[in-house]
Amino acid sequence: MITYAPYFLLLPLAAFVIQIFFGKRLPRKGDWVSISAVGITLCLAIAMFVMMLFLYKPGMKEELTWEWFNLGQLSVKIGVLIDNVTVIMLLVVSLVSGLVHLYSVGYMKDDPRYSRYFGYLSLFTFSMNGIVLSNNLLSIYMFWELVGLSSYLLIGFWFEKDSAADASKKAFLVNRVGDIGMFIGIMLFFTATGSFLFSDIFDGVAAGALPLPVLTIAGLCLFAGAIGKSAQVPLHVWLPDAMEGPTPVSALIHAATMVAAGVYLTFRMFPLFTPVALTIIAYVGGITAIFAAVIAVTQNDIKRVLAYSTVSQLGYMIMAIGTGAYVAGFFHLTTHAAFKAALFLCSGSVIHAMHHAYHKLGDHDSDPQDMRNMGGMKDRMKITFMTMLIATVALSGVPFMSGFLSKDAILAGTLSYALHHPEHFLLPVFGFGAALLTAFYMFRLIFMTFYGKPAKQEVLDNIHESPATMTIPLIVLATLSIFIVYTLPYINPFSDHGWFTDLIVATNSVVPQYVNPSAHEIAEGIHHAHLPAMIISVIVAFTGIALAVIIYLKKKLSAEKLAKSLALPYKLSFNKFFVDEIYSRLLINPTIKLAKAIGFFDWEIYDKYFINGFGRVTDRLSRFIGINLDYDVLDQQIVDGVGKSTRFFGGTLKFIQTGKIQNYLVWVLGGIIIIFIIQAM
Amino acid sequence: MNDLNTYLTIGAILFSLGLYGVITRRNGVAVLMGVELILNSANVNFIAFARFGGMNLSGHIFALFVIIMAAAEAAVALAIIINLYNKFGTLNVDDARILKQ
Amino acid sequence: MSFSDLTFFLIVALTIGSALYVVTSQRLVYSAMALFFTLLGLAGLYVFLMADFIAGTQVIIYVGGILVLLVFGIMLTHRISDIRLSHTSMQRGVGGVVVLLIFVGLYRMITSAPWYLEAAPAPESTVKIIGTLLMIDYLLPFEVASVLLLAALIGAAMLSRKSES
Repeated sequence: MITYAPYFLLLPLAAFVIQIFFGKRLPRKGDWVSISAVGITLCLAIAMFVMMLFLYKPGMKEELTWEWFNLGQLSVKIGVLIDNVTVIMLLVVSLVSGLVHLYSVGYMKDDPRYSRYFGYLSLFTFSMNGIVLSNNLLSIYMFWELVGLSSYLLIGFWFEKDSAADASKKAFLVNRVGDIGMFIGIMLFFTATGSFLFSDIFDGVAAGALPLPVLTIAGLCLFAGAIGKSAQVPLHVWLPDAMEGPTPVSALIHAATMVAAGVYLTFRMFPLFTPVALTIIAYVGGITAIFAAVIAVTQNDIKRVLAYSTVSQLGYMIMAIGTGAYVAGFFHLTTHAAFKAALFLCSGSVIHAMHHAYHKLGDHDSDPQDMRNMGGMKDRMKITFMTMLIATVALSGVPFMSGFLSKDAILAGTLSYALHHPEHFLLPVFGFGAALLTAFYMFRLIFMTFYGKPAKQEVLDNIHESPATMTIPLIVLATLSIFIVYTLPYINPFSDHGWFTDLIVATNSVVPQYVNPSAHEIAEGIHHAHLPAMIISVIVAFTGIALAVIIYLKKKLSAEKLAKSLALPYKLSFNKFFVDEIYSRLLINPTIKLAKAIGFFDWEIYDKYFINGFGRVTDRLSRFIGINLDYDVLDQQIVDGVGKSTRFFGGTLKFIQTGKIQNYLVWVLGGIIIIFIIQAM
Repeated sequence: MNDLNTYLTIGAILFSLGLYGVITRRNGVAVLMGVELILNSANVNFIAFARFGGMNLSGHIFALFVIIMAAAEAAVALAIIINLYNKFGTLNVDDARILKQ
Repeated sequence: MSFSDLTFFLIVALTIGSALYVVTSQRLVYSAMALFFTLLGLAGLYVFLMADFIAGTQVIIYVGGILVLLVFGIMLTHRISDIRLSHTSMQRGVGGVVVLLIFVGLYRMITSAPWYLEAAPAPESTVKIIGTLLMIDYLLPFEVASVLLLAALIGAAMLSRKSES
């Protein structure tokens, strides 16, 4: 299987290069280059996946390491690792990427930078595959920055809009905060173990290369990268703004793959985390899950709801890893990639339709993304509606859907963790609370968009179903949200077993004197907590749905009245807990003020007095040196003197140039004799 | 008598004579003969070291390469001399003094 | 004084004497003939040094090749009528002094240097060993030497061509 690995990197990279340099001159603006590159990698990923299923070997692992460069004592090795996790990630990335490419053909049609868009998508696919295939932290870090770059380019793809340009900058800068932490973490591990390879680092840590407190800090530093990339509190602020990019990009990068990279990294590095670090990770994830879910409830922009939902679900995964149920976290990553990508692509389809309807009506002021403007599209966009409903049900955790399986596994993990550590009872509360809110806001979204009446009736008449290139990806992704895809070869929809849980095995922590339970004990605990967690989560999910039905479908309770009676929580949620405002008050404004103060000092005092004074002194000094020293002494005496002496010697010595080689030879021999004499003395 | 110093001295004498030829001769062909003498003096040293100095057969190989080089050098040098003759109508190297302005 | 010692002295005398004649004679053809004896004497010295192959090569290449080439060079560049083929010397005094000093320096070095001495075992024939060495240890120089000869061949032909202008 390892022989397939280069294609996952080279094909998208080649597509990127071709698109950037020749894209505009190719027929169809070259979209087929990127699509075929991703298509081939998708075929390879499927082939690898099928191989994996037939092997059915949990410990499958192929690794290839080579020395990248060697600076004396510093030998840096990089390499490729393929195991079951990699295969699944490759399939997820290639599949979502392939479908998004296909979808973009319809969605991005007539965009002036069509070919560049596909080039960026290919760059992203290349970098994401690179992260997944790496077996070392160094190349993960490089590809990590590359996905950050492609994310930046794609968020700011419509950079004529100020909001898009600002959002891309924000995403880049916020990610940088986390990446610095990650870099420090990588370097801590490197200095302690002398290698970037996972296996070497694991061995080194198991041998006690880092003392426990340092190991905790190093692990948390690595996790900081994941906080940034996976939009965890407090660095979650960039992800909702990133929705300024094209919707397929949101589906690919900001829902399914790139934001999952943080989860993936935490998952891979799980054995390195100490109990303290894991507890912090669990709390970060849990708080993110409930926090983002609360915000999502009150948002009106369809993509922002989905963005906060993504943040919340990523929080779930991180929480699962923190509580030790990290296989469940990875499982949720996989299922979530399918249905969240479906949701985003459906919302894109809706926005696309709204946009065209407004365009036809000549309305340029209304926001095509605002759910308050939508309604009743159920009958006009049947495929979009059905697929979105399936994905929503999956996300809400209703039985018979993939989301139910993975979310249930996470909740069981947190429940079992809280049973062992009663002081952490808040984690399952966060989990179940977020599950309730998720079901509620997702059905709120469905009801506001597809039921009821739109703000303007004539809009509805101009709504049309999207073209086939856009609906086919929806159907594929919705199909992948059904439970049977993940439980085979068992068909019990309530089972916590399937090929996935069989093939992805948990590894024991390598932390020395690790006091937390082993992987086997965690799995046992989860198994015991499975049934109660399942019952609670089903109840919670249906409660959420029922609330949404009462408020938004049957209108038994007025949403406005509810908002008024719960004024403070509503305001907090609607304004996203004022996180952006707090940041700008606490971090950005003081920084700007400090910069202005320093700037004032720099210009008024430093520049005017010190620099200009320096200039005046220099001026005087140079006059003195120039006239008195340079001209009178140096120029007249020394420089001219050199010339004069050269002329004198030249005039004398010219007579030894006879033109006879043999004369010169005699001179040479004379020199040799002098050397002889000096040697002899 | 038959020892290293004798041969080295013979080599030194031949070298000095060759050098003398190179310095004093006007005719290009004669200069070339001096050069040949110098090359041969080096060969004598090589072979002497091969015999007495522990260089063994590597010395012979070196001498062989010197002979090869000398053959090439003689061919090229004679070509140059013929060229010189065609250009200046003389063989005297000191008549070809365009090195002097 | 044994017979071989006598022979040795004769050969040394022949070599040095004719070498002296090469560089002092006023007649070019005589010089060439003296060079012939010098080279032949050197071949004899090589025999004394048990270098039979080199001695043979010396006779074949130097005496048979290079010397003939030199005589050709003399003949090609002088008119046949110019029978005497004389040539003169220059800066004899300075040259003599300089060369003498060089020789004194060399001689001092030869006599004072602590030479590493190790008598070679006397093999029956060096030809076979030299051949093996050339094909194994010194293969690259050997091939490079062939390239050098080719380059010299082409270069010589190119140089001695009369220019069309």
